[in-house]
Amino acid sequence: METERSAFLDYSATTPVDQRVIDAMMPHWTEGWGNPNSLYRQGRDAFRVLEAARESFAAGIGAANPTEVIFTGCGTESDDSAVLGIAHAGMAKGKGRHVVVSAIEHKGILEPAKLLSKQGFDVTYLKPREDGLVYPEDLRAVVSDETVLVSIMHVNNEIGTIAPIAELAAVTHEVGGYFHTDAVQSIGKVPFDAAAVGIDAASFSAHKIYGPKGVGALYLKRGTPFEPLLIGGGQESKKRSGTQNVAGIVGFAKALELMLEDLPAETVRLTALRDRVVAGITGSMPNTMVNGTMDAASHTSNIANIVIKGVEGESMLLQLDNRGIAVSTGSACSSGSLEPSHVLLAIGCPAELAHGSLRISLGRFTTAEEVEYLIEVLPPIVERLRAMSPVYAKMFGDES
Amino acid sequence: MLYSEKVMDHFNNPRNVGVIEDADGVGEVGNPVCGDVMKITIKVNDADKIDDIKFQTLGCGAAIATSSIVTELARGMEIHDAAAITKRQVADELGGLPPAKMHCSVLATDGLKVAIDDYLTRHGRDPIGGDIQSENPDFDPHGDIEGEHEEACDL
Repeated sequence: METERSAFLDYSATTPVDQRVIDAMMPHWTEGWGNPNSLYRQGRDAFRVLEAARESFAAGIGAANPTEVIFTGCGTESDDSAVLGIAHAGMAKGKGRHVVVSAIEHKGILEPAKLLSKQGFDVTYLKPREDGLVYPEDLRAVVSDETVLVSIMHVNNEIGTIAPIAELAAVTHEVGGYFHTDAVQSIGKVPFDAAAVGIDAASFSAHKIYGPKGVGALYLKRGTPFEPLLIGGGQESKKRSGTQNVAGIVGFAKALELMLEDLPAETVRLTALRDRVVAGITGSMPNTMVNGTMDAASHTSNIANIVIKGVEGESMLLQLDNRGIAVSTGSACSSGSLEPSHVLLAIGCPAELAHGSLRISLGRFTTAEEVEYLIEVLPPIVERLRAMSPVYAKMFGDES
Repeated sequence: MLYSEKVMDHFNNPRNVGVIEDADGVGEVGNPVCGDVMKITIKVNDADKIDDIKFQTLGCGAAIATSSIVTELARGMEIHDAAAITKRQVADELGGLPPAKMHCSVLATDGLKVAIDDYLTRHGRDPIGGDIQSENPDFDPHGDIEGEHEEACDL
């Protein structure tokens, strides 16, 4: 009997909750379960806990003031709130109707942007260059004094590229617009300092950093126009109604604190593991291609996106799953949509190659053994699938 | 999205993989840009029965499983009967397919029809395959097939 080997290599999809985060949250379910908006003792206690978590979180993201942090139900809610809320309120304040989002945004940005177009906004989908980066000069070429909002994600969830958000925010401010960044994949993984980079808004999610699912946050710099998505009891300074998930928020703050403690050491450790993944896969098989720049300053340490030419991604994913390995793919078949990954298409990766992409994302509990296991298991899977393909030899020669 | 055990079985242990070198009919359908290409080769005997059938497929789990099952269904069949195998039969044989994957069974039956028509036209006979759905410009390879949604989802 083969011993059960496995490898979870999809940390950009989600992460397990760290035991230390669970320990921090637990008392706020079992004992301190009061509603932070109640005036009596249990409420006051919960309020103090909530505000302490807000202070800690605000410090962690470099907010100038804790009131600039609004807790939400998830990263998508933060994205939706920022795009719709800033565009609507900005326009009401006399700004124009032009919105810019990058073509490689998460659906959490693209869908509200689509909604804005239906509402009469003029939306520009700014393409990154082939290295996966959105260039400030390319942004400058499309913005005008009609631009109310620019939203460009900090770290891309599929290819791991890091956008130059300080420069992009500066370009946006030159024309009087507001700058939002989806930082769901970046906080705790690359340095992030909201006030220092000069952004107006940013979205975050707890479950990408070993916190619980169902908790997100939105940074809104003081003075940024905003119209809330959820209205009701006026919680979160009237910017997000609904009783706060106190335990979850405590867990989010704890999760961020742990990420920041480990950030320098983890960056070094994960970069080495990621480089081993890339070298191991590209070195053991012909016809592979790495997506996005791997330049250290512009690529997060924990994501590698590799095309295995002439193989369909879902079939690789299923075969890897048979061996206990979890990864993601940009193939259409895995998304259930007509086209493969919009991110890969936007950086110029042809559709027939994008179908064969694998995203390998590493995290806190990734070991060298897991990485070696993937590198050992993948080549024979690819060889078998390529041998089954009617077009592999025709398209890519018989190098293998 | 969940695949049935039978889909996973045919995906993990596909039957009749390969190419018949001296095939009597060859059918290749699909497009790498869409992520699926299927090639079916057949040997047909004097009684118009499919003696041998093999496939090669580039595609997802469902594409491989539907190709595999269609070769099993068609082997030994008279060519008119084989050409009449429907996408529904293919999906049913596999214990159902997720709705977004129904197009894979279209591709599998199309590949078989094209191979049979190739055999017939090589012998100066009229093709019988009928509509090749995957070559219709309106065919959405990754869309649901109208009316198939609920029945296809009986996993």
